[in-house]
Amino acid sequence: MAEETIRLEVTRYSPGQDREPRRQAFTVPYRKEWVVLDALNYIKDRVDGTLAYRWSCRMGVCGSCGMMVNGVPKLTCAAFLRDYAPGPIRVEPLANFPVIRDLVIALDDFMEKLKRVKPWIIRETEKPVAEGEYRQTPEELERYKQFSQCINCMLCYAACPVYGLSPAFLGPAAIALGHRYNLDSRDEGYRVRESVLAEAVGVWECTFVGECSAVCPKGVDPAAAIQRSKAAFARDWLLSFVLPRGGRS
Amino acid sequence: MSAPAAPRPGLYYPKLPRTWWLRHPAYFRFMMRELSSVFVAAFLGVLLAQLYHLSRGPEAFAAFLAQLRSPGWIAFHVIALGFAVYHTVTWFGATAVVQVVRIGGRQVPPPLVTAANYAVWAAVSLGVLVWFARI
Repeated sequence: MAEETIRLEVTRYSPGQDREPRRQAFTVPYRKEWVVLDALNYIKDRVDGTLAYRWSCRMGVCGSCGMMVNGVPKLTCAAFLRDYAPGPIRVEPLANFPVIRDLVIALDDFMEKLKRVKPWIIRETEKPVAEGEYRQTPEELERYKQFSQCINCMLCYAACPVYGLSPAFLGPAAIALGHRYNLDSRDEGYRVRESVLAEAVGVWECTFVGECSAVCPKGVDPAAAIQRSKAAFARDWLLSFVLPRGGRS
Repeated sequence: MSAPAAPRPGLYYPKLPRTWWLRHPAYFRFMMRELSSVFVAAFLGVLLAQLYHLSRGPEAFAAFLAQLRSPGWIAFHVIALGFAVYHTVTWFGATAVVQVVRIGGRQVPPPLVTAANYAVWAAVSLGVLVWFARI
């Protein structure tokens, strides 16, 4: 009996050769335990070694293998062929990003934005190491924990039409990570981050489409982070009229 | 804000087509939610016109009401009602996302926050109905 197969329609783009991306079809073995990434690895190993894509851990932790699968941003290590059978399966680079080659996108823009929100603990004065760690209760941890699960896979940016239409938008993951530190009881950098997050191209650019949260493979809710930041900044703005320094020290 | 990075040579920069909102049901629902505010605003405009005609006396008000009985106006009100309900439902859903309610240090589950919105909506609607029934 002939081996069961499935067809993948993969976007190819070679800088210097192609003016725009084109589609190439590959037929790969259909195995119910295979994910789209396995199929791409099969193509690279057995059919066409020039196919370029990113991957690393194969277990939804590294965040490198995000691609559009049938038009929806997915981690290809978690997108089973059986869920798309009988195919064909369209595999494209993540939407809204410049394409370097085939399925590889440029991340420079996000890296720049991520730095701007200062996603680390900021202290006004560091206490000496001898005084021990900054302690936190389970309740304090719970306030930001879900936002700390982000793996920078960029699925949320690919799902965000606002980012697609206005690339200056800070975007879901960067804002969610900034918000994560703003919620951290050990952090004192709220004001520093607010100057970036509350810009016009920060939280206010978001129109709450909500797809960033729908596609997140780690259960982070960037849309909530953005809307809650909007509420907090609006409150600060109102308080700034009645309280010195907006009621914050 | 920092200046957007200059395009790098050799990279392909995709452009979102104008029909992006037809690509995915969720994007379409979002656009309908945005559009709903237009109908809500238009309905409020009609309501203000109604109040204006009321201020001009019973005949003017009756004449305006007669106009509103035309099929076009009835169709508008049916559509506006549909959009207003959709607007309300999405708004209540959004409230649970935006508003974190804590009782005794624990977060109230978001569906309960939405349910509380519906409860207040029902109570206010009932109150208005009772009030109208009395006059």
